[in-house]
This record gives sequence, structure tokens and C-alpha cells, in this order.
Amino acid sequence: MPLLDKFAALSAQYATLESIGANPFNVTFDRVLSPTEAMIGQRHILLLGTNNYLGLTYDPAVIRKAVEATRSFGTGTTGSRIANGSYDGHKQLERALADFYGRKHAMVFSTGYQANLGMLSTLAGKNDHLLLDADSHASIYDGSRLGHAQVTRFRHNDPDDLHKRLRRLADVPGDKVIVVEGIYSMLGDTAPLREFVEVKREWGAYLVVDEAHSMGVLGKTGRGLAEAQGVEGDIDFIVGTFSKSLAGVGGFCVSDMEGFDILRVACRPYMFTASLPPAVIAATTEALHQVSTRPELREKLMQNAERFYEGLRRLGFRVGPELSPVVSAIMPDPETASVFWTNLLKAGLYTNVSLPPATPNGLALLRSSVSAAHSPQQIDHAIALFAHVGHALGLLPYHARESESLIAGE
Amino acid sequence: MESSIDDIRGVVFETLRASLPKPIELSDQTNIVRDLGLDSVAVMDFVMEIEDRLDISVPLDRIAEVENIGDLVSTVRDLKGRA
Repeated sequence: MPLLDKFAALSAQYATLESIGANPFNVTFDRVLSPTEAMIGQRHILLLGTNNYLGLTYDPAVIRKAVEATRSFGTGTTGSRIANGSYDGHKQLERALADFYGRKHAMVFSTGYQANLGMLSTLAGKNDHLLLDADSHASIYDGSRLGHAQVTRFRHNDPDDLHKRLRRLADVPGDKVIVVEGIYSMLGDTAPLREFVEVKREWGAYLVVDEAHSMGVLGKTGRGLAEAQGVEGDIDFIVGTFSKSLAGVGGFCVSDMEGFDILRVACRPYMFTASLPPAVIAATTEALHQVSTRPELREKLMQNAERFYEGLRRLGFRVGPELSPVVSAIMPDPETASVFWTNLLKAGLYTNVSLPPATPNGLALLRSSVSAAHSPQQIDHAIALFAHVGHALGLLPYHARESESLIAGE
Repeated sequence: MESSIDDIRGVVFETLRASLPKPIELSDQTNIVRDLGLDSVAVMDFVMEIEDRLDISVPLDRIAEVENIGDLVSTVRDLKGRA
């Protein structure tokens, strides 16, 4: 297989994981029981790595809408919006998204990945400039490569570095488009949007914020980090996904920009792919409605996030810099991350392993994502399993072990 | 301001030595991925240090073209010359 020889090193790594029977990148759930529980074979697994932030995947109203839409409109659209037509549901969902964000325009994509591919490759043209936060998601990097703009990377969450790079481009013609994220998916940290907005204004640039992990999570009404930091008016484009808080699949972009709809016939990842099936559209529209009308889901989510984040911190784990539903324990190396992950799964807890180059600064992470659907007992059980495995692997400080045995002895 | 090719080579070597876990003999022919064992993100991170030192930005497509240290030195010199 000379064609695939270039993957020899990767193949060897992958084979090692397969041979020890614990490959975090090849897990199959045989049954899923609820937003927080699944079965692998005959074993019950507590799910703590699904990005199912609001736990809406089994919401009765969301399921009912999906079933009704399938009965009324069939299983698939069998074509793209521009070549084969939109269904009423697509239009309704776009209207609902625009209303939710208080924006004039919304455009729905078939995945969140495609939303970034589409927006970034289309907004910045041949003589324009994209400025990406260094820790941007793969879809942002890939979107920037699909287009023809010149791409510059700035230091993660560093408005001064962005300023410096815009200054270097001051005399270079072309529009400048800055891309940052709401919550970063690896460590759960948030962008300093107010400072980025100041830099953007100073240099007359445009600002895109990807709220994939922050929509439904942050902000008084769940609109994300821009709402939480009170800067929505300065964000030119918000990109997001339906596959996390909204419990479906798909992506979107909302904006007030005049002439926005021309993107529907210019943006290739929107044009040349099948549109979302009626069931997904209807379920997402209902989930969006729930995000708007059930603020208690966000409260519950943040309570759970705090319980878990503080729990790991008290045990002596190194965690991300901010409290968020993404809780990553920083592991000393990739091997330890994999062993830790395997031991947790054997004990019935599913988390994620994140390794370089997908992680910042070469970090090996054991990543968890908390849901509003978790009970406090489930969170406490997860913390206890982290303590058990952490001690067994000698990763936790002595005093944490001591205090735990004191509690156990009571 | 460092802008001769030797100055730039000096900056690249110095920055690279500071960011490598163990010392490696460096030359223009040193392959950045194969010989230094850096992944794609580590390469971009190390280029950022050079950008700071020389007050330039190296666009990602230019970084992607770089295979060995000599390529990087000439890319940086080209960008520095324009700045």
C-alpha cells in the first residue's frame, strides 16, 4: 500500500492503541439509554464526554417534532438547497435563529464544520486577510485553507498580538477578517471579546465568533459569549452548531450584514451538499425553542460544571483556567492520558482523550463535558472514579489522598 | 534591526534551539518535521517566536511550503525585505 505509506507513523500509534484493546478514537456504544447513560456490550457506561450540554437528545418534545417531520416530509431532502429546493422547515429554522439572535439574517449549513468551511472561505477573498486565533478548531483552519485569502495566526486570546499583526498589515490592501471562538473546546477557556472588539474597531476589521461550545451555555438568554460580555453589536458574524446544546447536527451563521443572502449562491460548502433532513430541522427548531424558554437548563448545567470542575481541582488535578462545562484534566503525557481514559472506561465512565496537535501547547488532555442532564450523584460518582484512577496511577498529591481516606473512614 | 541573511539564520537557529527539548545539530538542510520531530502546530508556534523577534507575520501558506531550515530562512528574509 505505497499510497498510504505516508501514514506509517500514525498507523503504528493507532495499532498500539488497538492492540491494548483501549482505543479512545474507536469507541462504539451498543445502546444509548439517555443523555447520560449508554451500554457497551453488557456494561453500563456513564457518559461524560458527549458535548450534550443541555441534555436535549431525549427531550420528548424534540423527539415528537422529529417523528412528525419524518412522517410529513420523509427521511431526507435528497438534494441541496439551491439545486433541489428548500423545505418550509429550513426557512422556519433560519427565521427562528435570526429571531433568537436578534439579527436580520441566518443561514443553515449541514454541519458545524461546513459552516466554518463555508463562511471563512467565502467571506475573505483572494486579496483579503484572515486572522485566526492560534487555538482555533480544525474547521476554522480548514475553512481558511479552502479559500484564497492570506491567513495569519495570532497568539491565543491575545488582543495585543492581534493588534501587532493588524499593524503589520496596515498598508496591505484587502479586508481583514478576525476569527475567534466563544468557549475553546480543548481547555474550556473563553475569548476576551471586549478587548478583541476594541482592536477590531481600531483597525476597521470584521469579527467572526464561533459559538459552537458557548451557544445555549453562556449569556442571559443562551446566545453565547458575545451576549455574556455585552458585545453582540460589534460581532459581524456568529457561527455555531446544532450538534451540541441543540442536540442534533448542522451548523449556522447569523449576521446583520447587508446583502448577506448573496452568500447562498457564492458559498460552496452551502451550495454543493445535501440539506439537512426534515427530522433534524424540526428537532433543532424545537431544541432552540427550549433554549429560549428553559433558562433553568443553563443554571443546572453551570451547577454541574462547577461541582465537577471544583471536585477535580480539590483532588489535585491540573484543570483548565476557567470554570466551564468543558472540564479538561491535564495529563503528564499522551500515554498516561490513554491509560487514565482506559481505566475510567473499565470502571464505567466515558470521557475523551485529546492529544497534540489537536491540543494547545502540546498538552495531553483527559477531557470531560458536563451536561444539565447529569444528576449531582452522577457527577460525584465521576469525581470518585477520577480520584480512584488518579491515585492508582500516582498522579495526585499525597494530601488529597489523605483527605479522601479520612472521608472514606468516617 | 537584523535583516541580513546571516542575521536571520542566527535568529532562526537561536529560536529553534530554545524551543527544542534536546540540542540537535542544525543546518540549512535540517528537515523541520522529520529531523526535529515537530508537529504542524509546534512548527507554527515556533515560527511565532521568530515573527516576534523580527516584527513580521509569516502567512500560513508560506509556512506550509517550508521543508527545511534553509527554506524558512529565505521565506523570512523575503518577508523581512518587504516589511
